[in-house]
Amino acid sequence: MIRLENVSKSIGDLEILNNISFPVKKGEFLCLVGPSGCGKTTLLKSIAGLRNYAGSIFIEGTQSEGINRKIGYVFQEFSLFPFRTVKGNMDFGLEIQKIPRKERHNIVKSLIELFRLEGFENAYPHELSGGMQKKVAIARAIATNPEILLMDEPFVSLDAQTRNMLQKELLRIWQKTQKTIVFVTHNVDEAVFLADRVMVLTKRPASVKTEFPIKLDRERDRTSYKFVEVRKEILRELEVEYVD
Amino acid sequence: MNQMRTQKVFIILFFVALWEIVAYAVNSRFVPGPFQVGRTFVQLTVSGDLAEHAVVSLARVVAGFLLAVFIALPLGIFMGWSPRMENFSVIVEMLRPIPPLAWIPLAMLWFGIGFQSKVFIIFIGAFFPILSNSFLGVRETPPYLIEAGRVLGATDNEILRRIVIPNSFPSILEGLRIGLGIAWMCLVAAELTGLKSPVGLGYLIMEARDLGKADVVMAGMIAIGVIGYIMNAVLRWTENKLVRWKGDQT
Repeated sequence: MIRLENVSKSIGDLEILNNISFPVKKGEFLCLVGPSGCGKTTLLKSIAGLRNYAGSIFIEGTQSEGINRKIGYVFQEFSLFPFRTVKGNMDFGLEIQKIPRKERHNIVKSLIELFRLEGFENAYPHELSGGMQKKVAIARAIATNPEILLMDEPFVSLDAQTRNMLQKELLRIWQKTQKTIVFVTHNVDEAVFLADRVMVLTKRPASVKTEFPIKLDRERDRTSYKFVEVRKEILRELEVEYVD
Repeated sequence: MNQMRTQKVFIILFFVALWEIVAYAVNSRFVPGPFQVGRTFVQLTVSGDLAEHAVVSLARVVAGFLLAVFIALPLGIFMGWSPRMENFSVIVEMLRPIPPLAWIPLAMLWFGIGFQSKVFIIFIGAFFPILSNSFLGVRETPPYLIEAGRVLGATDNEILRRIVIPNSFPSILEGLRIGLGIAWMCLVAAELTGLKSPVGLGYLIMEARDLGKADVVMAGMIAIGVIGYIMNAVLRWTENKLVRWKGDQT
């Protein structure tokens, strides 16, 4: 579905990405973890076509250049359009693609149902809780039905409870929509809870350090022995990156 | 709430009483009391004199203000949007600290003392707040909103029209409101400096001064204040209606 080949990037003398190659399978949930400031966001924005880079990125076999309609993106920031309602935000990408009004209306309606946002259709972002804003941001990103969803630490600014709730929501939506997800986080617990595969990146310049297939069943229990074991293993890898 | 209102009324009454006492004590025809000024104000209103002057003044303000909007608004948006145009702000920053009234001598040299010269002064007064507010509003659009548009497939043009401008709307409207307020103040000052046609609120108070009628001067000042207040209130109300999405607006 996605294939990165020797993706590198530097700005002036500052090397940010160092020769990154990896594939992502269709329908896979991949989590990228790495120390803060290691270049995770740059990597994700490169895949989305928001940054330029050296090397190649293939989306469904064809080399991707610039913005790709097959990709939806969820930002780290609260990035809803403040001047549009919940519905209006979800509608944005559909309007840009000049989809007929009636069809847009139906898509937005089904998104409202999928994300259980009934009653908030006409609310403005400032009237929503942080968690709800994130839900709308995910809905906006998948409104145009891209096959791939890139998520850049989307839950980072939320409290622990909201975060856990949204992780469950995200899994539910992933299972329902069968998207391919690349999810960046620095939270190992989150990665182990969500991912089919966790990839650990080195500190800047980022390169692939190790990867862990997560062979836990989908009903994951954060307190189970196996879960904690996997977490420990990944943390050990990651901690090496924080030393020196 | 109610108590605050009572207090406010009390403060106004106290002020009026103080004014009356001072006027009585000074006992000069140049210091009329509130009741005399009030009577004059009513007389001028009833006779239609005040309205006539006010309408002419308003027409001058509207002309200068609209001219400023048509030039400053697109220019400000363009300057905020295009990185190359941004450097033009150097010139704006140099011109901006010059008080609009300092342009009066030039306005008189260029346009004489007629309608055009008043419009020019008002234009200058309204121009800079409108320009800088639209410029800042556009330039300070959060980059992630622009990128959000970009990943959703929006072109540069669509990003400007559908994201940047709506997002700058509160700032733009505030610029319009401040611009109109300054335009109003500039107008009266511009009218004080001489006129071809003898109408306008500024003219009214100047003429009253020549005749030593302090009560007419004060009535004219009150009219200027009231109209300025109403314009500001109307624009603020419109602002709140139009940018309901902003929240925490007072």
